[in-house]
Amino acid sequence: METLAALGGGFAVALSPENLLWCLLGTTLGTAIGVLPGLGPALTIALLLPITFQVPPTAAFILFAGIYYGAMYGGSTTSILLNTPGESATIVTALEGNKMARSGRAGAALATAAIGSFVAGTVGTLGITFLAPVVVDFALKFGPAEYFSLMVLAFVTVSAVLGSSAVRGLAALFFGIWLGLIGIDLQTGQARFTFGLDELLDGVNVIVVAVGLFAVGETLYVAARRYTGNDEIVPLRGSLYMTKEEWQRSWKPWLRGAAIGFPIGAMPAGGSEVPTFLSYYTEKKLSKHPEEFGTVGAIEGVAGPEAANNASAAGVLVPMLTLGLPTGATAAIMLSAFQSYGINPGPMLFQSQPALVWGLIASLYIANIMLLVLNLPLVGLWVKILRIPAPLLYAGILVFATIGTYGISNSPVDLVLLYVIGIVGFLMRRYDFPTAPVVIGMILGPLAEQEFRRAMTISNGDWSVLVTQPLSATLLALAAVALLGPMVWRMARR
Amino acid sequence: MTKPPSAGPAWPETLIGLGLLGVAALVWWQTGEIRTSPMYAKVGPRIFPYLTAIALGAMAVAMVVAGLRGGWQPDEEREVPTDWRAVFFVGAGLLANVLLIVPAGFTLASVVMFVLVAHGFGSRQPLRDAAIALVFALSAYFGFAKALGVNIGAGVIEKLLGG
Repeated sequence: METLAALGGGFAVALSPENLLWCLLGTTLGTAIGVLPGLGPALTIALLLPITFQVPPTAAFILFAGIYYGAMYGGSTTSILLNTPGESATIVTALEGNKMARSGRAGAALATAAIGSFVAGTVGTLGITFLAPVVVDFALKFGPAEYFSLMVLAFVTVSAVLGSSAVRGLAALFFGIWLGLIGIDLQTGQARFTFGLDELLDGVNVIVVAVGLFAVGETLYVAARRYTGNDEIVPLRGSLYMTKEEWQRSWKPWLRGAAIGFPIGAMPAGGSEVPTFLSYYTEKKLSKHPEEFGTVGAIEGVAGPEAANNASAAGVLVPMLTLGLPTGATAAIMLSAFQSYGINPGPMLFQSQPALVWGLIASLYIANIMLLVLNLPLVGLWVKILRIPAPLLYAGILVFATIGTYGISNSPVDLVLLYVIGIVGFLMRRYDFPTAPVVIGMILGPLAEQEFRRAMTISNGDWSVLVTQPLSATLLALAAVALLGPMVWRMARR
Repeated sequence: MTKPPSAGPAWPETLIGLGLLGVAALVWWQTGEIRTSPMYAKVGPRIFPYLTAIALGAMAVAMVVAGLRGGWQPDEEREVPTDWRAVFFVGAGLLANVLLIVPAGFTLASVVMFVLVAHGFGSRQPLRDAAIALVFALSAYFGFAKALGVNIGAGVIEKLLGG
């Protein structure tokens, strides 16, 4: 009951005309950048971070959450019509969705993706509403040692478990942690890794890193891949209304996808690739029309993964809001937005900023409704956006990148740093390194160090405190299993 | 890995590993330069940097070994030729932007970068691109930057328009 009262208070905040406008702006912008290949929610929110100096936190986070949810909806449109996934989370949607579009059923594919996203997004938001207070109660018992161990677990899962290679994932993570350590050490006031440059005393700005990796690196990567500019957009044919049979074939995958996606997203591991693939294989196994998979396109293969994708996106917000633990690049950038307001996400947030937290959660329900309208009746508008020629799109992205970075300090040093990180991002993309761990390590690394030093201060420098307290020991054991388990299993199988 | 062990070393991957080893060495060396006071001797500002350097070094060694054994890139990715011409024009655009933004202002620098990058991506209508870039950069300057309250270097064009 307490939760419902709090949620009611949240709706009072989210339904104010001003906040409704922020939500509409966020969802519209989010859909647009989700549709456009090369732009993602992490990059967009990073570019918009300066807005935190202009508007109150509630408005900013309603905007950011709208972008985050909207990108998940918009990405499916691109996957279905263009077969170029706009977001990594919609790779699976492209498998069946594009095949459906090619066999003249683009309308039904878009409809089941949008409605499935709505169903799963709403289920996921309900999940946040009722799970978050439970996690908060649990997290209030955490001390610095537990927090540190939890962050270690998250580091391992986001970098070593979910990607294609533990070595490359961890290399990306530790590179990010190093970037995060640059600047003045807050506890002792010592400069670290500044190489005598005053510009680096405040640390490397997360905007520079995110924009460098996701905008400059991505543009260089696409350019180097000999862009031929002949991506074929499948024309939008077929009714947007699903037939009775299509509804019958869709609703169970939606619910199953949501049931797979939300728990995985809410675990301190995050990621949307695992739940979408899991949902895809589940639907392929359960489908009564397995012959349609990979040939003309099976609607279950769109409905399930799309639902899983949106539910896991909602799930990611649970550790982010309740523990201050980002498990994706977008969540990490949102955490840095909290920091820029001087707010620390975590269990205390629900007590100290109830209007902000519950207003944000309530706005997610509203965002889902807005997105359903934006993505079904108005889908033709987004298809037009998809026709922006790539040369203009990528040139435009680099202009925005300039605004986002040069605007921070008006110093060409930031631009040079941006391009250096862009080259690193290009090499990472070209040689199959995940980039999200860099951003997560950069934001979470300094926080992990802070918790570690707090724990050591309490224990008088005794490292064993990390393994003698049961909760902390359990978390570290889980991290070790997650890191070493796959290696041991591979060796045992040989 | 994806390649049989008989394949020769993959030099790009090996070089990336060596580059990361260099970064790890840099981190280690610079950590030694961080001043500490005995007050914080137990949990000072050096512990995390040292751990980071060790981890980076370990990953770098693993990457060098993998690179010498044939690398980790799948064959189809390896066979995609790099379009150096496109990379050159995108790079030239970025360089022009850095060099021009202070003397010429944001809009002019952006127009030059836009045209070069669009050319790199295969556009062959520089005048049309320049016109689009001008409108785009000005609306970005007056819309996005002002709305965000971001201060971006004003040049000749911006001052003429009263920015």
